[in-house]
Order: sequence, then C-alpha cells, then structure tokens
Amino acid sequence: MIAIIKYNAGNITSVKNALNMLGFNCMVTDRESDIRNADKVIFPGVGEASSAMRYLKQKGMDLLIKSLRQPVLGICLGQQLMCSFSEEGNVSGLDIFNARVRKFPPREIVPHMGWNNIMHNASGLFAGIKESEDFYFVHSYYCEIAQDTISTCDYILPFSAAMQKDNFYAVQFHPEKSAETGAKLLINFLRL
Amino acid sequence: MLKKRIIPCLDIKDGRTVKGINFIDIRDAGDPIELARRYVKDGADELVFLDITATLEKRKTLVRLVERIAREINIPFTVGGGINSLEDAKAVIHAGADKVSINSSAVKIPGLISKIAGSFGSQCVVVAVDSKYEHENQRHRVFVNGGRIPAGLNTLDWAKQVEELGAGEILLTSMNQDGTKNGFDIDLLNTISKALNIPVIASGGAGQQSHFKEVFQKTRVSAALAASIFHFAEIPIPLLKEYLSNNNVFIRI
Repeated sequence: MIAIIKYNAGNITSVKNALNMLGFNCMVTDRESDIRNADKVIFPGVGEASSAMRYLKQKGMDLLIKSLRQPVLGICLGQQLMCSFSEEGNVSGLDIFNARVRKFPPREIVPHMGWNNIMHNASGLFAGIKESEDFYFVHSYYCEIAQDTISTCDYILPFSAAMQKDNFYAVQFHPEKSAETGAKLLINFLRL
Repeated sequence: MLKKRIIPCLDIKDGRTVKGINFIDIRDAGDPIELARRYVKDGADELVFLDITATLEKRKTLVRLVERIAREINIPFTVGGGINSLEDAKAVIHAGADKVSINSSAVKIPGLISKIAGSFGSQCVVVAVDSKYEHENQRHRVFVNGGRIPAGLNTLDWAKQVEELGAGEILLTSMNQDGTKNGFDIDLLNTISKALNIPVIASGGAGQQSHFKEVFQKTRVSAALAASIFHFAEIPIPLLKEYLSNNNVFIRI
C-alpha cells in the first residue's frame, strides 16, 4: 500500500488523483501504523513551512517521518521540510538533507511558476526521462544545492530540483501536475 | 529555462462547455472533461475553466465538475466565474482546483485577495482584470461585471494593488482587443508586466500564431490565454508550440 501523509498542507488530493490515474491504490492518512507499514510513503504539500513544521511536531510526525525505512518521496513543501532549515518562518526542518531553504531574490518574477527543465544524475528516479523534458514548478523558496542534490534547475540561480539520501527522495516540482513526464517519475518511484 | 505557457480557456455553463467545437475526434464536444483531455494531449501548459452559469445551483454543479476534472487531468488548472467569497474559493480548491480566478469580487472586496492567499497561498490566487483603453482620456481603465461597469480604477494602479494584496498572478484581458483576432494589446501588456513582479497572463485578441510570438517577444508576460481559436482548432496547439519554438520562444514541446 502507498501512504500519502495527511497534514495541514494543501494539494494532497492531487497526488492521490495522479496515483489513481496511474492505476495505483493509495491512502491519505496520518495514522502512524498506516504510514509505518506502507510500502511507499509520499510526503506532499503546498503551504507555509513554519506552520507545517509546528503541526508535524505537535502530532509527533516529525520523528515518525525521519525514522521511516521504506522509500519516501517528498514533494515541493515536502522537500523543503526535509531540509535542515527554512527561511520561511525561520524554522528548523526534519534535517534529513543537510541543506538550507532560502527565498528567491526578487531579480526575476517570483514565484518560479511554470514548466522548467532540470539536469539530473543517473538516479533511478529519472529513468527514461530526458533532460529536455519539463516539470511543473510553483515555489518562492528553494533548496540550496548540497551533497544530497541529485538534480538541479536554474531559475534566478541554480537550486536543488531533487535530492536523495538513503531511502529518502524529494523533488521541488510537482510530478502529479507534470503530465506524462511527471507520471514517469511517479512510476519510477513506486517501482523502487 | 522557464517556459512561456499556452493556456486554453473553456467557458462552462451548467457543467457543459459553451461554444461549439469542431474537433473531429471528440465525441461529445460539450463535455469539458473530454475537451480538457484533448488539450492536455496537445500540450496545453495549464487550463482555465470559466463558469458562466447564473443559477442558484451554480456552486454545486461547479464543485462536482471540478472534482471530475481533478480526477482526470494531470496539469494545473484554474477555476473562475462567480467566486465571490472565501467559502466559494475553499469549495473549489478542496474539490481539486489548483488556482481560483477572481474578478469583480476582487474589486468589490479587495480583502478577498489577501484572505484566499492567506488560507491557500498566493500561488492559488489569480486576479482577472478586464481593461479597456478610453480614447477620450487616453487611459486604460478597469471594468467589472463582464466588462459592463467601469470600476473607477486605472489598470496600472489596480494591478499594483492586486500584487500588494497577495495575488499570485494577473490574468489581463484587453477588452478593446478581445474577439477582434487582431493581436494582443502589446502596449498595455508591456506596461503592466514591466511594473509587476508576479506573472502576467496575456488575454484578448489572439488570432494568429505570430500574435503569440509578438506578445512573448515584446512584453514580459509569462503566459498567453485564448479560447475560440483553440476550440475551433483554428490554431492547433502543437503547431503553435512548434512555431514558437522555431522562433526562439522558450516553450514546452
């Protein structure tokens, strides 16, 4: 079973819809036993970092997520919360990736909204995805490039489009809203 | 490189698409889902659904439709038309819309922009602005209620205010150009997109492929929207995107 972590962040239904479209069953849940026993866990989210972290801590979900051993995929705010620190509300994150989350300097239009291509390494997450293919992004904060960066994107400056450490994977873009290319990435993750 | 977006707009009434459509491979041209799927396949970057239903049952039918769209479409979509309160926005977003578009209600209650942005984030709030150039006083002025009533605002002033209030994007329609197929209002779109630091979506006047090239090369807009030229397949999206790409506009192919 695939568990989608339910918390106080928006847009969780679109991940569920995308998986259903691909023929996968999943449950949106905040129950520890469901999440711990799932084959795969998705940690999605659109929202504000400090209020999301506060909620996760109150529910003890911060420690739960860090302790998971199966493949976990953070999406958008999910990736940012998996970093060590976010400038959005100046909050400490789950510290899975040793990287900071910063606000884009307003040299260009912010948010970074729309389709952009990424550079990536040979991680299985990107199997069959060409570097010329685009993903849908929408964010005003970005994860710095760090040791765990497996993919970069360039908007205003280069930033982490995807990260990986052990069983933890994360992407800044929205695979669930990235048409066929996003579907390929979701399937790659679910087959890990 | 961030790509320029091509956005078809679908007018919806009582859960059905309004204008006639002559795609030969579509069985039910009135079914918004089938048309939307076709646009996704063609490479549309986002979709806008504009509900023009005027009945009391409106919200229920709209929410049901949005739930269906969300289950079937894997690109971002915006829902507009009659979003007059935070509750309306909530209903549509919870049903699965990525963004809501507000127009007259934002002029009547500017605080609504901040309210929706505060609850769901700025990226969820598109403010649609209908603008008309008045030759008498040489000004671009804002109109509401489907372009019937002057709002008493200069377009540039209102656009700046909308950005300050927390809108994530502005969908700017030139009423002078809308329906003419003579091209986008380059002057207006240039002025507004230069003055703002949020994405501007150009609307009104698209009739030929070259109009899209012109708006992307001469202004700072992030996206261009059109309705009938896509519905009637006058400009097929794959051909438009190939043309733009060949003309050095960064576009998702």
